[in-house]
Amino acid sequence: MKRILVIGATSLIASQCARIWASQHADLVLVARNAGRLQSVADDLLARGARSAACLTFEASDLPSHTELVQSLFAGGAPPDIILLAHGELPDEAACDADPAHAARQFTVNATSTIALVAAIASQLKQHGKGTIAVVSSVAGDRGRASNAHYGAAKAAVTVFCDGLRARLRHTGVHIMTVKPGMVATPMTAGLTMPGWLVADPARVARDICHAIDRRRAVIYTPWWWRWIMRVIRLVPEPLFVRLRL
Amino acid sequence: MTRGLLSWGRYPARPQQTRPVHWRDDIRTALQTTSGPTLPFGNGRAYGDSCLAVSGQVIHMRPADRIIAADWTTGIMRAEAGITLAEILEHAVPRGWFLPVVPGTSHVTLGGAIANDVHGKNHHRRGTFGCHVRAFELVRSDAEPLVCSDKAHGDIFRATIGGLGLTGIISWAEIALMPVASVAVETVTQRFDTLDDFFILAEQRDSAHEYGVAWIDCMATGRQRGRGIYIAADHAAASACATPPAHRFSIPFTPPVSLVNSLTTRIFNPVYWRRASPAGTRETVHHVPFFQPLDGIGNWNRLYGRQGFQQFQCVVPDKTAPGVIANLLDTVASTGLASPLTVLKRCSDIASPGLLSFPMKGVSLAIDFPQSPGLATGLLPRLDAIVHAAGGRLYPAKDAHMSAAHFQAAYPGWKTLEHHRDPALKSRFWERVST
Repeated sequence: MKRILVIGATSLIASQCARIWASQHADLVLVARNAGRLQSVADDLLARGARSAACLTFEASDLPSHTELVQSLFAGGAPPDIILLAHGELPDEAACDADPAHAARQFTVNATSTIALVAAIASQLKQHGKGTIAVVSSVAGDRGRASNAHYGAAKAAVTVFCDGLRARLRHTGVHIMTVKPGMVATPMTAGLTMPGWLVADPARVARDICHAIDRRRAVIYTPWWWRWIMRVIRLVPEPLFVRLRL
Repeated sequence: MTRGLLSWGRYPARPQQTRPVHWRDDIRTALQTTSGPTLPFGNGRAYGDSCLAVSGQVIHMRPADRIIAADWTTGIMRAEAGITLAEILEHAVPRGWFLPVVPGTSHVTLGGAIANDVHGKNHHRRGTFGCHVRAFELVRSDAEPLVCSDKAHGDIFRATIGGLGLTGIISWAEIALMPVASVAVETVTQRFDTLDDFFILAEQRDSAHEYGVAWIDCMATGRQRGRGIYIAADHAAASACATPPAHRFSIPFTPPVSLVNSLTTRIFNPVYWRRASPAGTRETVHHVPFFQPLDGIGNWNRLYGRQGFQQFQCVVPDKTAPGVIANLLDTVASTGLASPLTVLKRCSDIASPGLLSFPMKGVSLAIDFPQSPGLATGLLPRLDAIVHAAGGRLYPAKDAHMSAAHFQAAYPGWKTLEHHRDPALKSRFWERVST
């Protein structure tokens, strides 16, 4: 039976992944901020076939608490086979511009906390010589855009860290997978105006993620065509790119 | 995403802006922060304007689709209102349980099934969906959330079943499933030549079978008027096997004009009718193609083109049913407006707890019509008058046209529903029929 740890389990993408694992009768450990909502996710997964669904609450911006969290997650017996990190927020760019403390807090939630957790979890897994850490980054981290500079910067940090750690952990048995979703219809993006034909269904994104984990892929874009969209976007010369104000 | 949601019939074309609800604890805020009368919106399978808010802004409940608890030993299941019946069946059937009432599409939400008190092909055995609802939580803009059941807040419980989403928003509901031995159903399919034959067949088959429904060739006239195909069915025994339908085909775009018209119907109907044997054919099939034959074609409503379509569904009392149904079919055939989707079935006197429940002891006729300018002024009022004179009624879930006078005569409980209505909620349907 698969043992799976999901951090940010109330995120729609994460809970859709967890439904796939629940249907495979996995043992799940779910971590999120809001205890009530987390419990409703856990109840759903148990009804859908999960063998177990334990809940833990955590606050991503409270970095000192992460040490204890990781210790407790790895305290009992065999480590998880799969760890999915999916917590994050879509910052209000204007509020970040106006208030440096707010900008720093958003960066902590979206980047620093993820990097710190991935590092701590990876060193635990290294002792056991196996495990896959799937980290939800974003296509936003591929190039800074006018509409989401703060968010993009945080995701770029996550992407680059994952690249580096993947290389460092080569031959240890531990694998890091970077997930770059495009536009997905989730509560996080509910306030945005997005072109309907570009917006993906979270269940489809979850299928892509679970499939890629099974195949030990390094970097995935989901849906797949974002790889090509972002390749084009990265090729646009800077003088033109700043005029586009994407 | 920004284009707005339409009802299933795509008529009236009033795109709804959505406020998605992902969490139960978010409903109250959603109710209190909308401007103008809103409405809960499930999966958009109501045909007419009963799912369209007066303000054009609906609270989209589909994202709240979690199972809260499922006891597979007793078949009691509690789930959030946005889960669809297809999703419930997906988990229930492999564990030996089935929904006691399944409508013609399983892509309706649990909340929508209660709000419209839907019925299925086994009304003579199990009544409506509302008969199997044990409890639900209702979130209102003007009160604390209420857990309603037959015993607790019974008057609001009854007003909410078939209450068209007007009494508040159902956040979760608890239903009782029924045990089945297999994923398959055993069907008997038999064609019949006249309307009288339908009544004879229905009388014989209903007592012997769990399910019964007839397809009618609404283009046939004269001696052939009312000819069709009767399908009776039962859940199969444990030994039966059936494979689920393979790949789902989907209509990729909406053609500018309806592909369903009198020409295509005239070609399709006789061929379809002749394909069925007059002696009766027994088959074992998977439950999905039997209960929801159209669910195999994604977005089939697009076949009716950009103008959309309207469904006319009525139920008329048993005593005068043969004459009234004949009259309705003659009226339809004389206009040449119709589609292959014409369905006749019997309803029983099993009482629903619902205040505004549609079925009554009698016969229900449903016909789809491609939208055309003459519908609202010509054919539909004539059909309405026949139903009204016979003491029958129309189905609000399918309706985009019925008059306030006919509605109020057919559903005397409407004033009680108006009394229980949450002031923050109002549909275009309710605005039309309650004034």
